[in-house]
This record gives sequence, structure tokens and C-alpha cells, in this order.
Amino acid sequence: MKHIFKFAALGVLGLFMQSCGNNTESSKQGSGGLMAASAAEKVYVAPGEHDEYYGFFSGGFSGQLSVYGLPSGRMLKVIPVFSQDAEKGYGYNEETKAMLNTSYGFVPWGDLHHLDISQTNGELDGRWIFTHENNTPRVARIDLTTFETVEILEIPNSAGNHSFAITENTEYLVAGTRFSIPSPQKDMTIDEMKGNFKGPMTFVKVDQETGGMEIAFQVIMPGFSFDLAHPGRAASHGWMFATTYNSEEANTLLEVNASQNDKDYIVAVNWKKIEEYVNNGGGEMMPAEYAHNVFDHHKHSATSTMKEGIMTVNPTDVPGAIYFLPTPKSPHGCDVDPTGEYIVGSGKLAAQVTVHSFSKMLKAIEEENFIGEVYGMPVLNYDAVLAGIVEEPGLGPLHTEFDGKGNAYTTFFISSEVVKWRLSDFEILDRKPTYYSVGHLMIPGGNSQKPFGEYLVAMNKITKDRYLPTGPEMNHSAQLYDISGEKMELLLDFPTIGEPHYAAGIPADIVKQNSKKIFRLDENEHKYAVKNESETRVERDGNEVHVYMSMVRSHFAPDNIEGIKVGDKVYFHVTNLEQDFDVPHGFAMIGANTAELLVMPGGTKTLLWEPKKEGVWPLYCTDFCSALHQEMQGYVRVSPANSNVELKWSLDGES
Amino acid sequence: MKKSGILMTVGSLLLLGLFIFPLWNIQLGAPQYPDPLGMNIYIFGIEGEEEFDIQNIDGVNKYIGMKKIPKPEEMWEFEVFPLVIGGMAALGVLVGILGFFGILGPNWFLAWFILMSILGLLGMYDFNNWLLDYGTDLDPNAVIKLTDEEGNPLNYKPPLWGTDQILNFEAKSYPRTGAYLLFLGMFLTLIAFFTGRRVEKS
Repeated sequence: MKHIFKFAALGVLGLFMQSCGNNTESSKQGSGGLMAASAAEKVYVAPGEHDEYYGFFSGGFSGQLSVYGLPSGRMLKVIPVFSQDAEKGYGYNEETKAMLNTSYGFVPWGDLHHLDISQTNGELDGRWIFTHENNTPRVARIDLTTFETVEILEIPNSAGNHSFAITENTEYLVAGTRFSIPSPQKDMTIDEMKGNFKGPMTFVKVDQETGGMEIAFQVIMPGFSFDLAHPGRAASHGWMFATTYNSEEANTLLEVNASQNDKDYIVAVNWKKIEEYVNNGGGEMMPAEYAHNVFDHHKHSATSTMKEGIMTVNPTDVPGAIYFLPTPKSPHGCDVDPTGEYIVGSGKLAAQVTVHSFSKMLKAIEEENFIGEVYGMPVLNYDAVLAGIVEEPGLGPLHTEFDGKGNAYTTFFISSEVVKWRLSDFEILDRKPTYYSVGHLMIPGGNSQKPFGEYLVAMNKITKDRYLPTGPEMNHSAQLYDISGEKMELLLDFPTIGEPHYAAGIPADIVKQNSKKIFRLDENEHKYAVKNESETRVERDGNEVHVYMSMVRSHFAPDNIEGIKVGDKVYFHVTNLEQDFDVPHGFAMIGANTAELLVMPGGTKTLLWEPKKEGVWPLYCTDFCSALHQEMQGYVRVSPANSNVELKWSLDGES
Repeated sequence: MKKSGILMTVGSLLLLGLFIFPLWNIQLGAPQYPDPLGMNIYIFGIEGEEEFDIQNIDGVNKYIGMKKIPKPEEMWEFEVFPLVIGGMAALGVLVGILGFFGILGPNWFLAWFILMSILGLLGMYDFNNWLLDYGTDLDPNAVIKLTDEEGNPLNYKPPLWGTDQILNFEAKSYPRTGAYLLFLGMFLTLIAFFTGRRVEKS
């Protein structure tokens, strides 16, 4: 017994000694008690304190975007973007249905992949987040004063909208095509894909003041799969880089047939040159139909406009605008370092990371060091553009971000790890396992000229045993690492929603002071808003009934309505009169075939109810608003369709 | 007498700060109001510290049946106070200037100070009465009706000066810039009296 004691004491002593001398080697210690304590301190944000960073995580197949605080890993909000959200009524209520309108009609679900925070001069400015949808090609803008989706623009003549990035002054978003298609679409045999399908790459112009988006032009690229994109920055500003796979142009069993070429490409697009070409009257209008949906925070409503026609550019018509850089093994990640010199290509089937040099690329172009052509566009000599190779880094490199201190961090899906390497000599400095099979990673500002190299988040595709089991389906898992030292240190595991394909982080100080607390009632321009209880009323127009209703702690006005008939379409336009921070009210009506309303102070939302049964039916507040929340309720009397019951309404017995 | 005349004039002019700065401030903090609701009391009316604070104080007070915070036209004080302060400042300046030229003696300064003190005390008394009325004259239909140990309705009067707990709210009632300028001004007039008298004696 004594011996066991001694050994235990030695063990503790050993740990203690290790922890004393481990400031730089700390990550080697594993999950020892003292180490765990030090990691805990690093992610501990005391009750009532705020995190240092906002982390915005794509929801992948959830179609939404989630907001986390870092380093604590606490989830702050889910922002509905491309999918309906019954919790908030997004895509259900009359005001936001239009946000999900497309040329295919109303689409209730989306697949949100990558996102990017707006930048000015290559640095995060925290005004908006832009993101995109893969299935029904769309891009979206989220306003970071309200943390709400305010604009969705459909991308026509594309499929599998995947490669996405914003330029360093937020001049353009690029939206590439992952699933090449006939352009324009037509009925044809799939066998004849090769050479006939196209991979259009769309450039969306962003209004610098309002953030408003419009399609500028679409470059009709060959029918490869365009995967990921990143803009040139600093020296390489004006260029856009994107990886391609399936340069074989296979149309079946791609897992084999698209993996035959030893090298696919990173394509370099000089968008400034194409912009100039279009501004000088180049390009050709092509028929297209696409939806442009905009949410107005004064009207508290979205409108959907169908637009027609897009400007297309045949890339061979603009010589010198597009070059192909051979890159091994179906590259996925295409990441540009903060100086704009290095373009890191991650061949996802490769056992190396390929780094191209922008200055070498310019030299090769000047010297016309080409090895051939792709559909009339030059392919540069691989050896002439190569800056270096990270040798034996791991298996299945996917995505690289940067810490601003000369280091790069690459994820490896197959070997399930994050590897830190040095940009100056491509030497590997550290590696840490991820749990499990990491896809993307995020360093706040890591996709800008000014990264904040303090934390790294790895977003994993496989969860397995990381958390308490929850049946076959589990949330995905993310890991937070401290990267401020020479070696990375695993600090925290936290679950994420959907499948985060990407994330973007930003110091909270850039964003938080702009966050709105309420909507101003005196700025509410909703057509059916009321500004006070005296304006509340009920109006009938044929079988349409409009209820101008207000909510304030703790009652509806009116709260008794009679004269509604079976077969009516009853629109409850409900305004939250509160002007106090964090006092939302909810609204639900029995028998409504839609989601609840959740109305923020000063806002108006509309629920459509089509009563099918006679009777007296209750409505109530769904959000615990006050001490008398339970009393916040009312009744609607529904009479037979042919009845003559007079329309009347009241609050406290007064009509 | 020159120095004391200047002090008297300056002291009286400081009263005019009450036309710019609040006299008093009452803040109401609660667990669910980490940023307290606040009202600034000026001589011409009551304003919220933040734009919607008054509306939100009224909303919260409704539960216990308190009246709404009065608008300027609903209290005679907000008409009379500016006249009194303006008048006293003018009078003080006049006395000060006449003192400067040796036409009036320092006793006039003291007389002004005493008059101002009486008016100030009356003002405080009136303010306290309003607070008492505000905190005790409650709507009989209030949804929350609380009584003390003897069965009397609870008194929600905020303190005249200091900090007090009212249900979940901690009420803090303290003078603000306007009042401090008033105190400083009155203090200067008192100094003016003493310096004037010393000069007179010597």
C-alpha cells in the first residue's frame, strides 16, 4: 500500500515538474490533470464576461450559420439563412417567405458552405458576412448590426455553387460552379459532357456603402469542378485563384474517373482585366432568370424580384486574363497567404502540400513559360511557378490558414491532424491530432492580410466518441487550439450544428458595439405596423381579414376578435411595441399551418391563419416575456362561412 | 469689495448650469436590468438617461400601480423652477455687480444666500413630496399588490438622496452636475459674503 502511495506521489510530482518547464512544450503532456487545468483557464470565460472573438460557423446541410464565442466555444445564436427556421418563423412568416424564393419557386432548404467577413484594405471590417449555398446556387449577406440575413441573390447558369470568396476590399464575391452543366441549360445526352458542359464562374459586385449585391459578369469556364477559391491580396490583389478537380471531365463514378490525372489545376483569374473588358463593352448578354431577395429593416419585410439576363464572358476573348497552374491530385484548398505571394494548393489525395509563388507566376506569364493549353487558355509550367513543397506533411491535405507570423496551418482529413509549417522554408514545425478527420480550420482573420494568430479551430467531419452518445446521429465536433506559442495546444472540444464547412472569426471589439438592441418603432415602415394601441384594428376585405395587432407586456391589443368566418384568410400583423432591450414577444394561433412569430422590440411580423373549424380559438404569447406572460393570451371567435356575425374586436371589453 | 463682487456674480451665474445639466438623477438597476434604467431630473422636466428609459420605467412600474413619470406640462414645478432659478441668478448677478461698485454691502450677499437656501430647501421638500406621492399613491387595480408586516401597502418611494432597495430594483438617487454647480455657486456667494465683510472691517 505504501508503495502505491509513493508511486502516486511521484506521479504527481512528475506532472508538476513537467508543467513547470513546459511553457513551450506544453502540448506534449496530454491530458494530465494540471495540464487540463491550464487549458481550462485559457478557455474559461467567467460568468457575465464576454469572449474575445466571434466565431461564425457555416451550418452545411443545416442551411444556417451559427455564432459562437471563442475561446469558450459557447453558442450565441443560430442565424437562419438558406433554410426555414420554425423557431424564428424565418421563411414561414409573410415577411421572410420571399427570402427563400428562387427561379425554381420557394426552396425551404439549403446547403450553406463557406463564409467570409467583409474586408477593407485586406483587413476584416466586420460589417457583413457573405456566404453561399451549394444546392440551389445562391449567395447571401448577413448584416452584423442585426445578425440577420438581409439579402439572397440566386446565381443562374450554375450548379453546385461552391468556390466562394470575397476580394480584399469587398469589391466582388466569386461564385464558382462545382457541378458543370450545359450552358445555357438544354436537353442533351450526358455522355457528351466532355467539352460541352461548362463551369461558369460568377462575379458578384458589392456596393461599398450598402453591401447590396448584383451579378456583374459570368466567365464561362471549361466544365471542370471548381472547388475552393481565394482572392489575391496585397501584391496579388486583382487576381482570384480557384482549385479545380475533375479536369478529366468525367460524368460517372467520379471517385475513380475524376482521380486519374496526376495533376489538376489552380486557375488564376485576373478579374480586374475582365472587369475592364466588360466595362469597355465586352461580353454577351445571355438569357437567364434568377431571384434577388432583399430584406428591408425599416419595412421589416423582404421582397423578391425576378431578374433576367446575365453578362457572360468567353474567357478566350480576354487574352491574358486566365492561366492554369498545374497542381497535384484533385486539389481542394486554395489558400493565399497574408502577403499575397504564396498560393497553397492542397491536393486532397496527395501526400504533400504544393505551394505556388505569385511572383514566379507573373514571371512565367511574362516569359510565356507554358506547357500547353486548356480550351485555348495557357497552362503554366509547374516547375516555373512552384515556390516549394511541404514534404510528408500527412495524408489528404484540405485547407490552410495563416497566423500572420510567417506560419501556415494545414488540415489533413485522412491522417486526421493539423500541421503547422513555415512559409519561408516549408519546414514542418508541429502537428497535432484532430478528433476526427478534420475538414476545414479557422484562424480569426486567417483569410486576410491581418490574421489574429491566437487560436485555431479545427472543424471535424466525424464525431464518434467525443461526447455523450446521442444515437446514430451526432453533432459534428470542433477543436480549439492555442497557437500563440511554438507548439499548438489543444484547449477545447465543442459540438457544432449541421456540418461546418468553414468558419470565420473576428475580434469581438470590431463588431459588438455595432450590435443593435432594438428596432426603433418610429422607424418601422411596415405596411401593417401599429405605433400604439389606439391604432389597433381589424379590417375585412372580402374573405381576407387583416388584424393590426400590438403586443406589449403583457397583453395583445385587441385580444378578443369576433366575426371571423370559416374559409377566411386571417393575417395577424403583430407589432411589438416594446422599446426595451431583449423583450421579444411571440405569437401562436391554434390551427395555423405555419410556424410561430417571434417579434423583436419595434418590429412587425405577420402570421397567416386560415380557420377551418367553427368555435372560439385561443392565441397566446410564446416567448416568456414577463411575470404575466402566462396571462398574455386572447380569443378569436370563428363562425360558419355564411354567418352574419359582425366583425368586432376589443381589449378589456372596450371596442 | 471688487473680489467679493466678482465671487458673488460668478456664484450666481453657476446657477444657470441647471438649464443645461440635470439637477438630480435616479437610477433603477435590477438583475434583469444590468444597464440600469435612469432618469435625469432637470428643472424643466424629466428625461430618460437613454432614449427609451422613461417609457421602460413606466412599463415596469405599471405592475405595482405607480403613475407614469410626469411630462413637463403635468407639473407646475417645471414651469416655476426655471423662473425661480433664472430670477435668483439675475438677482445674484445684480447684487454682485452693485457690490463690485460698492453700492451694496456684503450683507446683501448673505441675504441672497439665505433666500436661495430657503428656496432650495422648499424645492427639496417639494421633490420629496412628489417622490412620496409617486411611491405611495398606487392604482388600486395594480397586478402586484404587496403589503408590509402590518398589512399596509408597501411604500415604493425612491430615496431623496441615497440608495434603497425597492422590490427587485436598487434605486440610486443622487445629485448631478446641475446640483453640484448650484452647490458650488452658493458656496461662492457665501465666500463672497465673508471676504466682503473682511474687506469692510479692514
